[in-house]
Amino acid sequence: MSSRAEHDVAAGIPALWDRLDGEVAAGRRLADLFGTATSGGLLLSAQLAGPGGISTLDALVPPGRASYPALTPRIGAAFWYEREIHDLFGIVPEGHPRLEPLILPTSAFRRPEPGTAGAPVAIEPDPGILPRHTTGPGLFTIPHGPVRSGVVESLEYLVETPGEDIPHVNMRIFYKHRGIEKRFEGMAPGDGVLLAERTEGIASVAHALAYCQAIETIAGAEVPWAAALIRVLHAELERLACHLDVIVRLADGAGLAVATARFGWHKELVLRLTGQLSGSRFGRGVVVPGGVSSAPRTDPADMLAAIGSLERQITADVRLLMGTASFLDRLRRTGPLLPERASEHGALGPIGRASGVRDDARQARPYAAYGSLGTAVTSRPEGDALARLEVRTDEIADSFHLLRQAVDELTETGAGPIRTACEPADGRAVGWAEAPQGEVLYDVRIENALIRRCRSRSASFHNLVLMHEVFAGDILTDFPFIEASFGLSVGGVAG
Amino acid sequence: MWALRGLRNGVLTTRWPDRPDDYAAATRGPAAVLSEAEAGAISAAGLTSLCPVAAISQDQPGSVRVDQGRCIQCGRCIAARPDVFGWAAGPQSASGSRAALVVPADETPASLTAVSGQLRERTRALRRSVHLRHVDAGSDGSEEWEIMALLNPVYDIHRLGMFFTASPRHADILLVTGSGARGMAAPLRETYEAMPHPKLVIAVGTDAVSGGIVSPSYATSGGVGSVVPVDIWLPGSPPSPFAILSALLLALGRLPAAGSAGPAAASAGHAATGDRQ
Repeated sequence: MSSRAEHDVAAGIPALWDRLDGEVAAGRRLADLFGTATSGGLLLSAQLAGPGGISTLDALVPPGRASYPALTPRIGAAFWYEREIHDLFGIVPEGHPRLEPLILPTSAFRRPEPGTAGAPVAIEPDPGILPRHTTGPGLFTIPHGPVRSGVVESLEYLVETPGEDIPHVNMRIFYKHRGIEKRFEGMAPGDGVLLAERTEGIASVAHALAYCQAIETIAGAEVPWAAALIRVLHAELERLACHLDVIVRLADGAGLAVATARFGWHKELVLRLTGQLSGSRFGRGVVVPGGVSSAPRTDPADMLAAIGSLERQITADVRLLMGTASFLDRLRRTGPLLPERASEHGALGPIGRASGVRDDARQARPYAAYGSLGTAVTSRPEGDALARLEVRTDEIADSFHLLRQAVDELTETGAGPIRTACEPADGRAVGWAEAPQGEVLYDVRIENALIRRCRSRSASFHNLVLMHEVFAGDILTDFPFIEASFGLSVGGVAG
Repeated sequence: MWALRGLRNGVLTTRWPDRPDDYAAATRGPAAVLSEAEAGAISAAGLTSLCPVAAISQDQPGSVRVDQGRCIQCGRCIAARPDVFGWAAGPQSASGSRAALVVPADETPASLTAVSGQLRERTRALRRSVHLRHVDAGSDGSEEWEIMALLNPVYDIHRLGMFFTASPRHADILLVTGSGARGMAAPLRETYEAMPHPKLVIAVGTDAVSGGIVSPSYATSGGVGSVVPVDIWLPGSPPSPFAILSALLLALGRLPAAGSAGPAAASAGHAATGDRQ
């Protein structure tokens, strides 16, 4: 499912950057940039996404070097990635526009350095680690978080405002950093999937899929067809639940009590159906290296009936919601992400597709059974919160279509194997999946049958930085709509 | 239009705990020991390979313990030895004592009763108006969904006099999720200190109870118990809304008598099932 591309390690960092520049200019997307500590120095790896696959380009920073020329001035999408590399390894990207802590709440300690043996020392958070950026007369900062109203994940927004407008929003995402990537190291490949599922808990299936596909590529394992269909089944149920969650939050923000309750009920039914099929309301434990752990525990006719009933109820409520003018007014022209910016950054998932970026891994780089099921990719040019909602409602409709196809195919396939042997030898591979939030990428390196390095890049991490871009002309009361319309998970961002 | 739509499907709300609820009864809890005799026959190395988070241990030959506070509900032990391990059934997986989550329990039901008696005494003044505050101390995001679900029309905790509040100054119960991310220690402690007395803390989920599979880590403290004093420990990865509701009622001494034995019943194997959802 994944492809390995050429490694051109020896050429060094400047040559790698030139190469990336050319590839990005030719229409490919910088999908990830991360470091790995190796005996030969710090290995920087970039992932390039394009139709048909992801390719990896590596370069070494020689040992003893404390800096390298930054990529961010040439490719803006590297902005957070280089800050993350600085946090984890302490190496300075020279010429980076704002090298402040991103995922670690401190700078005064030995860096975790993923890839090295041994456990890093525990970190001691430093409350004054980030300076505030407020300047100008009458301008002040509203610190919003990390403990915020409502039941939400911890994240601090620093809303810089003269009173009503929001000229700038800053984010501190390091509060709930858990050191996930370091935790993977030394795990058995079969255990790693359990951690992948808990990296971004609301996208457990997508993370498990991307991780397992990387492991399967290393092992050369071919997943049985029935397992590929069951993977699609769970991935689409997860998409439904996540998109419904976004609708609940938007409706709640607009004070639509009945809509909030109705969509909350639909989401509960989706989670219950997932639980009925797999035993876990989040589909955990289903996707394992080599296939799936068990077949759905509901017979196909009952599954189709449950899917059909959900579809009828949800479609009717979506139609009513999209005709509720007082609701749409809150979303229209709110939090616009300009198509140029979206494409320049390579915005992922519904956020990208609502700003004209027509990339969907299910269609562009098919995995599991998506290649033969046919996914309709929708996109909108407007880029506002309404467009992001419309993309999601289209995807809900398409998910029902895919669910029915998967169940039908599964019935036709009959009782076949759902799991194949998957014992990865030493090697490295990339796996990807289109989570409800966008593309999830795993780059896994196995040594002596254990995980040596596991890079986990969620769509939430790649997309959250775009919050900097979308507040042009918006006011404080637009904030909840913009945040909800992004639909991201902080767990996936902070790592 | 929405007012009419609101009437379309009638009353969706559960009557639990006053009336039984099939979905609540079928809640999958953490792993439990079905047969102590069979479990005793497994070698120590065999037990270790059954659990990726080392929740299964053997302090002496023949005495196998499952620490439900560490269990991430992956089901590996149950898939490998369905004759020995099973899922604890029902929503009552929470306990007022961390030690009582290690099953079969060493702690006697009498001492557990004392713990819940003390809790009831502390929360007597709250009566039927209880305000909840949630803090995420490094969760994976799923626990927040399951807590939020308590507000949907199926669970609707307002019917039980429970409300979420934005300000810790108004909060009686603190729901803490996550593995105890070090960056959240200070904000969590400040939130706890801002709450008036009497106050209670519920560690929601295996991550909050023991750190879960993301611990040990340089960035977590292996659960939230070392940051704030925890009164109720609720395992689950994540715990279901019924399990969270059950933990809230346990904190308030409002669980119906039949279920008051809580995890002790599951540990004895009576309530445990092989492979129910």
